[in-house]
Parts: sequence; C-alpha cells; structure tokens
Amino acid sequence: MIDWPWMADHLDELAFRLVQHFFLAAIAVGVGFVISLAAATWVARRRRLRGLLVGTSSVLYTIPSLALFAALVPVTGLSVLTAEIPLVLYTLLIFVRNFLAGLDSVAPEVLEAADAMGYSPRGRLVRVELPLALPLIVGGLRLASVSTIGLVTVSGILGDRFGGLGFFIFEGYRRVFATEIWFGGIPAILLAVAVDLVLLRVQRRLTPWAASEAVATGRQAAGAS
Amino acid sequence: MSRAARVVFEHVSKRYPGTAEGSGAVDDLSLEVPAGTTCVLVGPSGCGKTTTLKLVNRLIEPTSGRILVGDRDVAGRDPIVLRREIGYVIQQVGLFPHQTVGQNVETVPRLLGWDSGRRRARTDELLELVGLPAARYRDRYPAALSGGERQRVGVARALAADPPVLLMDEPFGAVDPLVRERLQNELLSIQEGLAKTILFVTHDIDEAIKMGDRVAVLEGGGRLAQFGTPDEILANPASDFVARFVGADRGLKRLALARVGDLQPADVTIAHPGDSAADARARVVADPFPYLLLLYADGQPIGWIGGKDVPGDGELAESMAVSASPLLDRHTTLKDALSMLLASSVQAGIVVDRRGAYQGIVTADMITERMRPAAESRS
Ligand SMILES: Nc1ncnc2c1ncn2[C@@H]1O[C@H](COP(=O)(O)OP(=O)(O)OP(=O)(O)O)[C@@H](O)[C@H]1O
Ligand SMILES: [Mg+2]
Repeated sequence: MIDWPWMADHLDELAFRLVQHFFLAAIAVGVGFVISLAAATWVARRRRLRGLLVGTSSVLYTIPSLALFAALVPVTGLSVLTAEIPLVLYTLLIFVRNFLAGLDSVAPEVLEAADAMGYSPRGRLVRVELPLALPLIVGGLRLASVSTIGLVTVSGILGDRFGGLGFFIFEGYRRVFATEIWFGGIPAILLAVAVDLVLLRVQRRLTPWAASEAVATGRQAAGAS
Repeated sequence: MSRAARVVFEHVSKRYPGTAEGSGAVDDLSLEVPAGTTCVLVGPSGCGKTTTLKLVNRLIEPTSGRILVGDRDVAGRDPIVLRREIGYVIQQVGLFPHQTVGQNVETVPRLLGWDSGRRRARTDELLELVGLPAARYRDRYPAALSGGERQRVGVARALAADPPVLLMDEPFGAVDPLVRERLQNELLSIQEGLAKTILFVTHDIDEAIKMGDRVAVLEGGGRLAQFGTPDEILANPASDFVARFVGADRGLKRLALARVGDLQPADVTIAHPGDSAADARARVVADPFPYLLLLYADGQPIGWIGGKDVPGDGELAESMAVSASPLLDRHTTLKDALSMLLASSVQAGIVVDRRGAYQGIVTADMITERMRPAAESRS
C-alpha cells in the first residue's frame, strides 16, 4: 500500500515544503494578528464600530476558501498575495473575537483602579488591559495558527509554487497516489499539533499569575461543593 | 507632595444623564475637610458616597459647583497628574491580578518615574506598615491573598507615592468584624503618623464615628443631612433621618467617644494598712460615700472596706478589704467603663495612673451626668 522507497527519495522536498508551509502560515497569522489587534483595541470601547467589525469579519469567514483563492487570481495573479490574502482574512474573525473577549474579560473595578492610579488611556491599555487579555489573546493565536496551517494546504490550488505540504496532497490526488497524499497530510497535522503545543507553553510562561488564579478558583469550587 | 491639603466642596451637584430633575446622585454639596483630618461620608446605599469621592479625582465630572484640593480647582488640572497625587482605595479593591503584590503597590511610583531601588524600598516599607511582612507577601499574586490581605494591599497601594489626599471607598467592607476592627485601628495609628487629608466612605455609622474627625451624613439623592464632629451628630441629630440613621442607641455611642480622662475623678476616703481604724471610721462615716478605699503605700489600690465594717479600734489590715472594683485607665472609653461598672458589684471604678496608683473614682452617675448637658441643649 505505502510506497516507502518513494518517501525516502522525497525527503528533501518534504523539508522544503514543510518550511514553505510554515512560513505561508506564519505570515498570514502574523499579519492577521497585527491587523486584528489594532482594530480590536480601537473599537473595543466603541459599540457601533465594534458591531461593524465583528459583523464584517463573520461574513468574510463564511466565504468558501477554494472560491476565495480562485476569485483573487484575476486580481492579484498567481502571487504570494493571492495565497496570503484569504489566509489573513480567515484569521481575522478568530483574532477579533478573541481579542475583544480578552479585553472584555478585564474586570471593571480593575479598569477603574487603573484610571484612579493615574494611568493614561494608552498606559492602561498596554500595562493593564492587554496583559490581562493575554490568556484569550494567546488562545486566539493557537486557534488561528492551527486553522491557518490547515488552510495553507488549500492554497496548493494556485500551483506548485504554493500550498506547502498541500502540494503533495494535490499531486497525490491528481496521480491517484495515496502515499503522496499521506506524505503531505500527516506532516501538516503534526506541524499544527507542534505549533499548538509550543504556543501553549508560551501562554503559560506569559501568564504566571493565571496559575495562582486557577488554584484560587479551584479552591473556591472545592469549597462550594 | 507629602504636605496635607484641604479638600473643599462648593455647591457641588452631579446628575447622571438620563435621570430625572431633582434626583441627583450628589445635590448641592458644600463642605470643607481641613488639611490633615479625616472626614467620613456615611449614608445608606445609593446615596452618592462613591460619586462624591470620584468627583475629587475627576473620575466623574460634576454637573455644577467646584472642588478644591489644596487651593486649586480640580477642574483646571490635568486629571492624570491630579490622580497621581491622590491616593484612592476603590470599593471593590481592584488589585491588578496580573501583577504581584509588590508591583501593585509600586504602581503610582512607577508612573511617576521613581527608580527601581527607591520603589522597592518604598514598597517594603508600606507592606510592613499595613502589617504584611514584605518578604512573605511581595511576590505573591492577588489571587493568593485573603480578602483582608487584599484590602491591606489596596491601602498600601493608595499610600505609595505619599499623596497628601486619600480617598477610601469602604476600604474595610469585605472583611469580618474582627479583622475590620484591627484594620481600623491600624489605619488610625498610621494616620496619627501621616496626618493625611482623608475622605473615608462607609455605610456603617459605628465605623464613621470611630474613624472620623468629622462626619458627613448623606441621605438619598445625595443631600447632606448633617456635617459635624461625631459627638455633635450623636448629641444633636439635625433631623429625624439622622436620628434614625445613627440609631436609638446614640447615647451609648456617645459614651464610646468620651474617655475616663475627660471626667474629673471624685475623691473618696482613703487609708493605708496600719492606719488607726477609729480615725478612718470617723472619716468614712462623715462621707456621703460610705466606703473606705485601702491603698498600698505606693498608692496602688488594695480594695474596699464598707463604712460599717471598719472596726472601732485597732489598726487597719489588708485582709479587711474586699478586692478592688474595676481599675480604669484614663484612655478607657466611658462605654467600656460603664459596662465594667454594671458587671461589678460596686458603684465606682477606680481611676489609676500609668503606674497603677490611685487617682480618684468614677461612678455610673458621673458618667450619665456627663452625657446629659449636650442632650438637653437639643430642644
Ligand atoms: N454611571 C452611572 N449612571 C447612572 N446612575 C448612576 C451611575 N453611577 C451611580 N449612579 C446612581 O447614582 C446614585 C449614587 O451612586 P453611588 O455609587 O455614588 O452610591 P453609594 O452611596 O456609593 O452607594 P453604595 O453604598 O451602594 O456603594 C445611585 O442611585 C446610583 O444608581
Ligand atoms: Mg459606593
């Protein structure tokens, strides 16, 4: 069933595609992260704009990915832009939702204390709101990373310069060669899992205070039962 | 910056948008808190206490009127600079959960750009001041503290940059009565050393009486019902509302404000072991107070001998005395003194000085007499 020698022959190409896959995803996640963070912090306390942003990103999310890649070809050609634009757009909804939820999760008395201590609005955002939103921000980052790593395979539709590990999947499908489909699919899954685990560690490292909070709420829950 | 500054409200009103005319949160409030004193704002829930505090550091802007801190109108000041000069303990404590106790306390010094060595020294000093050993508490997160410990950290944070004015919104609201009592006493002794201008909010009249140099009683709609010293308010409530609010036991509460040292102790017949009994008997019989107080040579009381029990001849001996009635210190409150008297069989408490030597006596009648004049002057 599985053609092991073929695999052994293509390890070089696997490495190349893996790196390509990683970078296609990383660029999209990075760009989406920055755009969303700017947008979310800007609209967080403006109710009307906030609805507009969440609404727009929800609509974008419903467009089928294959259609979006195809639709962009006449506009941006077979370029990196064509691959990245849809990937970025799909991250927006995840990020915007999580960032807003993170900012919302900051208790009102904490915001009030920050104002009363004499934080400027910017200082409050940077020193108080964003740090407290971190668990949900990094949560969004994990979700967006895993979902984008999956989607990168679809960009293989744009030809062999794109798609990362998806290249093997499209090739294998075209040649009706199962080994090659697995050869692309399984590393893609492993990459997603690995990135998720790394980000989980980052999350724990960045929010040491969340640990004693978990203990405290655990204690309360245990006491209540 | 540590110099205390007075706080003045001049015809200050605040009406939240969308509320009806005449139902303001604060209504034409005028009062002055002299520099270095504590003013307690007390009143039922929703009467505008928190709103009043927030007007001072401009978390809320007044609808009309003006507020002076020091001699400057706060409306003309940069709110961010102003807030860094005013310590604020918020009603729900509001510690930053992502920062350690130490980082929480040094918030304002950090905003003011103090270097890290100075911040660290100040933080440790303050944690000790509020009774939290710095070595044990500095690096903990707020989630790992009890409610009382959090409130202490909240107080330390407000004091960090040595602000001349302190706003405290029910700072001891969320702790049990014993811990509250301790925190109150600690704040009183801290305040003795610091002499800040403090606006202290509570809905507990007993806390108001205990903590305030002056008490402002607010009623619904943010109207000032009465402003005065605790004794004035208890002795002469300005309205039925205030009388009801301070409670039917306001007489007893006044007793808690006065101390034995405020009374002029009365003299009784005294004698020492070895004195002539006949002589002592003659003196005690002549005295309207029919008891003889036996003292050691250094003045410390031994106990009472009933006038009729003093022998007609011989010498007085220690064994004749029945043990002494309550010993009162000049710092004992009259409330405690009266309750000690009620609990003992004698009518008089013996006032002693620091070394325990007899100064005079205080009777239950003297205590109730002392409360009378002010109460009568009401009608
Ligand atoms: N942001 C707001 N918008 C509208 N009304 C408000 C707002 N904040 C407070 N109020 C109203 O103003 C009144 C005074 O509120 P405030 O918080 O000053 O009361 P308080 O005396 O501190 O009460 P408590 O003892 O319960 O803390 C209340 O009736 C409250 O409902
Ligand atoms: Mg309040």
